[in-house]
Amino acid sequence: MNLIQAGFAWIFDPAHWSDSSSSVGIGDALVQHLILTGISLALTAIIALPIGFYIGHTGRGRNAAIFLSNAARALPSVGLLTVLILAIPFIKGIPGNYLADVIVFVILGLPSMLTGAYAGLESVDRQTIDAARAIGMTEWQVLLKVEIPLGAQLIVGGVRSTTLQIVATVTIASFLTQVTLGTFIIAGLAQNDYPKMLGGAILVAALALILDGILAIVQRFASPRGVSRSTTKSKKNTARGATNASTQPITEGN
Amino acid sequence: MIEFKSVSKLYPDGTHAVDNFSVVIPSRQTTVFVGSSGCGKTTLLRMINRMVDASSGSIEIDGENIADTEPVHLRRSIGYVMQNSGLLPHRKVIDNVATVLFLTKVPKDAAYARAFELLDTVGLDRALANRYPGELSGGQQQRVGVARGLAANPNVLLMDEPFGAVDPIVRVDLQAETKRLQRELDKTIVFVTHDIDEAFLLGDQVIILEKGAQIAQKGSPEEILANPANEFVANFIGADRGKRRLTVDSKVKSNGDDLVLIDAGGYAAGVISAPGGKLAEGTATPKSRSVSNKTSQAGDA
Amino acid sequence: MNWVFQNFSTIWGYVLDHIGLSVPAIVVGFVLSVPLGYWTSKSPIARSILLTVFSILYTLPALVLFVLVPVALGLSILDPNNVVVALTVYAMAIMIRTANDAFAAVSPTVRESARAIGYSPVQRFFRVELPLAGPVLLAGIRVVSVSTVSLATIGGFIGIPSLGSLFLTGFQIQYFPEIWSGIVAVLIIAAVFDLILSTVGRILLPWNRRTTRRRAARAVAVEVTA
Repeated sequence: MNLIQAGFAWIFDPAHWSDSSSSVGIGDALVQHLILTGISLALTAIIALPIGFYIGHTGRGRNAAIFLSNAARALPSVGLLTVLILAIPFIKGIPGNYLADVIVFVILGLPSMLTGAYAGLESVDRQTIDAARAIGMTEWQVLLKVEIPLGAQLIVGGVRSTTLQIVATVTIASFLTQVTLGTFIIAGLAQNDYPKMLGGAILVAALALILDGILAIVQRFASPRGVSRSTTKSKKNTARGATNASTQPITEGN
Repeated sequence: MIEFKSVSKLYPDGTHAVDNFSVVIPSRQTTVFVGSSGCGKTTLLRMINRMVDASSGSIEIDGENIADTEPVHLRRSIGYVMQNSGLLPHRKVIDNVATVLFLTKVPKDAAYARAFELLDTVGLDRALANRYPGELSGGQQQRVGVARGLAANPNVLLMDEPFGAVDPIVRVDLQAETKRLQRELDKTIVFVTHDIDEAFLLGDQVIILEKGAQIAQKGSPEEILANPANEFVANFIGADRGKRRLTVDSKVKSNGDDLVLIDAGGYAAGVISAPGGKLAEGTATPKSRSVSNKTSQAGDA
Repeated sequence: MNWVFQNFSTIWGYVLDHIGLSVPAIVVGFVLSVPLGYWTSKSPIARSILLTVFSILYTLPALVLFVLVPVALGLSILDPNNVVVALTVYAMAIMIRTANDAFAAVSPTVRESARAIGYSPVQRFFRVELPLAGPVLLAGIRVVSVSTVSLATIGGFIGIPSLGSLFLTGFQIQYFPEIWSGIVAVLIIAAVFDLILSTVGRILLPWNRRTTRRRAARAVAVEVTA
């Protein structure tokens, strides 16, 4: 347990926060980490969310999406990381393989967000969607006013998973090209500097937990008022007379 | 007036949900499609607002072929009430009622004013306006659904087994409300149910359907009760089980001159109130004319 | 491809290391998670504590866990058991939640009737609840298996031999075939494990139809992202 204390001590040592000759400062590394994470997350969202919404709304391409998310789970992210970083040619002017790395982070983050997006839309009660169409909403209105708000929890859940995925991959990228919080872990390991290594690990852990915590709160409140706020997956019995004993489960169709 | 002209609906797997269906639905009356599950009655209903498009044949509303009307535009001019109310769970009750008005770009103040009026019309307390559907009982939700259907003051109101999911006592209430609305608002109502008693209660014209939307019999409740067209109809209305034929029970002595009526099975079904008899002559309320012994109805004298 | 043949023994060595890391994690993770998941499905307190704790652990990136576990357990950083423990933790994070949902989904009606027939609680668990939860549990362990095999590669980055080591050295000498061989090997192992598990599943759960499995798998897939 002393090591943990040593790790915290290392973090709070002001000398470590600024760049020195031998090592980068915590401040810089943290900023790098955040920037990489942020850019990658934004790009992933721009790509994955519209596609996921399309799949969820129309039902087309589902099988491809499921295959993609299974494949993503099976493919070792570090393997892809190394391959892609080597493969994407270094583009002049962008610091240290930046573009290559961001592309990699985005590719690795896409499946989670895609799955979250279409699973979120699929979780919406079909009857509610049918009713929305029947009273005269256009397809866009159904998507924007009904499906997305009601599927928001799972959609944000996808963003949450992706964020964690990207934070983790950015950490590992420090093995390869970037300077991030992971640099301390690797350097610490290589130099047998355990406090540094642990300090780095604690920092990454803290970052992950904070971001996850923020998104968990967002997820909780992503669900519009009036709909069940529980984080359970079954959305079947929300808002349909769940309060009154007179309503029984509707079993017969037409 | 809604007219079905040789309408068919063929699904890719070969099933004929609707096979060559032709009927005229008169304006300002309640027409009920009734039949067992799978006979195509809901498909017929959903063809009227183009939630389902016919494979062949045409449907005309007031002389205009609906295939020429843009579906979204059509749906905003027809009221639709579904079995589970289909309310948007993330909108307040008042917003749900006003939804179609917002879609047709009615200004907010006017829309809300109308929505509140509609709450009164369907018999809901205005205090419920700011609640969410999830906080309401099943019966209340259905009323909101009806209010929403009436919001744009459509000429046609489609109701798809709207009372199937509520308990029997609430159902009786809602049926009475529907009759009252029909009287007051003079709309063309197309109603789908599998309950023949509900059909007889609410329908001016009752159309009994068999599989493939084949018309077994069509007419007023009195016509059908008096002359079931064939065995299927007789079975369906319960005529064969002797539920519809009432005779005086000679074995029971009642007070005064009132006579007890029993059906063919020997079950007491009602009483003829004689002049000067014990029972007061009640006013004929449309509360329930059901002669089935399925549900106990409060207030039947 | 020539490279693969030339260095086959090295690759094979890493394959064995990799299996040695993944299999214990998957098995122990599963064996521990089923009773814990059962417990959380019955006890709301257990559920909030266990699920929260494991959810936090799951949040931590693998690299971090690989570093923190030895500190917590007092093992040397280079001890492969660190990775096994960390992988087990991840496996449990996924599997406990899956088991919880699997048991929670067993119809209360069925449970009641089993009780009415006269089954003791232990009999009820093994003869009714466990079999009925089976399909979802199977889907869960398949997800865990794939995940674990993939995550084990990260061990290679901190000096614990696994197929991930191929990625590191391949990157350092900028040699693609080495990296590809690692990726392909991981995929093959994952596929083989999945085949074994699904075959075992089909033997043990003969009433399990395709639709149930797909629904269960979908449920797990949605879960893990949410």
